[in-house]
Amino acid sequence: MIDIVLLSLLVVIAIAIIRMKDLFAVVMLTGIYGLLSASFFVAMDAVDVAFTEAAVGAGISTLLMLVVITMTGRKEKSTRHKPLSALFVVMLTGGLLIYGTLDMPYFGSADAPIHKHTSPRYINDSMEEIGIPNIVTSVLASYRAFDTFGEVVVIFTAGIGVLTLLCVARSQKNDEEIDSINDSMHQQHLVIRIVAKMLIPFIFLFALYVQFHGDFGPGGGFQAGVIFASAIILYAMLFGLSTARKVINQTFVQVIAALGVLLYGSVGIVSLMNGGNFLDYNVLSSNPIAGQHLGILLIEWGVGCTVASVMVVIFFNFAGRRAFQQHKKQAQDKESSAC
Amino acid sequence: MLIGLFNDWIVVVLMMIGLYIVIAHGNLIKKLIGLTIFQTSVFIFYISMAKIDGGTAPILADGITQYSNPLPHVLILTAIVVGIATTALGLSLVVRIKESYNSIEEEEIQQQDNDEQLSTNKAEENA
Repeated sequence: MIDIVLLSLLVVIAIAIIRMKDLFAVVMLTGIYGLLSASFFVAMDAVDVAFTEAAVGAGISTLLMLVVITMTGRKEKSTRHKPLSALFVVMLTGGLLIYGTLDMPYFGSADAPIHKHTSPRYINDSMEEIGIPNIVTSVLASYRAFDTFGEVVVIFTAGIGVLTLLCVARSQKNDEEIDSINDSMHQQHLVIRIVAKMLIPFIFLFALYVQFHGDFGPGGGFQAGVIFASAIILYAMLFGLSTARKVINQTFVQVIAALGVLLYGSVGIVSLMNGGNFLDYNVLSSNPIAGQHLGILLIEWGVGCTVASVMVVIFFNFAGRRAFQQHKKQAQDKESSAC
Repeated sequence: MLIGLFNDWIVVVLMMIGLYIVIAHGNLIKKLIGLTIFQTSVFIFYISMAKIDGGTAPILADGITQYSNPLPHVLILTAIVVGIATTALGLSLVVRIKESYNSIEEEEIQQQDNDEQLSTNKAEENA
């Protein structure tokens, strides 16, 4: 029952997103949309997915979009032409898709084709073959480890892409001026700063718990990475980018992102050298189960490192671009007033 | 019958809302948000398929016989994080477009491109 309510709310929010012209409101609605879909995933028993969606959809994605609309302006211009043709295309496609759903198995039926092929093996045999209770982690990190390796490389590549597009060369003088702007700006938020300072260690601790407890409960490298990054981003937001860059060196974070992928790949190479297939952890130790545990621990570390550092690098670059634009604008204003 | 396919229909509606935003809105950030909604509808589709009536979360424990299907969970979990990384890439392209065109509205960007094209054509003709 609760899932029907949540899904209806999702549709209402999506329609509100279409109608709103104020991008700030739209971004806030996207955050609510992410949180609602996370709640829906909990109702569907997908606890690991809900965890990720809550951290990403309601947290980091909202934040990134907010940073971007501070640079691009928050008002959407209304289009002049009537989007009737778009409405027609959408209605037609939607109608055809709904016709297609009539052949789908009903919601919740245990004899649907999807439950018949690979999943019984995962559910019945994963305890003997992998030896950890969380089936999602066994599938993610062992049965489908090669697929996950691909995903990690995609995330790493996206991080490089953002870096190439937004990276600015920093000069020492710029930093000091931006510092003074930030200081005056952040003086006002004393209460938030102190509360955040107390919270940040616990967020780090929680991220580490999620990282290591992923074998036994919901969690793992992806979720832990996002939570770890959100603590650093929180710090950067409240204390200014240049302070955060002094605490956490950006070059260091970039190296960690690459090391995460390297660690993941190396586990595969080592298992090749020990006579197994790529990413076959059974050969990592004399006891197959111990080998699986070791392999999963290592690749989860790789995933966590890459995800956390890519998220931090993405945020640093967006915020750095913003500071760079502000600085450029100030310089222009100074020039025009001098004239 | 009605309730059995309700989730699928909501997925279709959300997907079409996302597609509509991508087609009909000119603002590039709004377009990216449309893509996010489209993406989330696919997530909801997969996760709904994984649910089994009376099943629990796929974490092995004593005394539980029915688990929901773990495979779609794995696929979507990684897709969410990949999704935010690619969205960030899209957003950084928007930032660069704003810097060079001073606008993120599709029509204005198209207009500026057309004007530029016209003036280069004229210059070529004169030469």
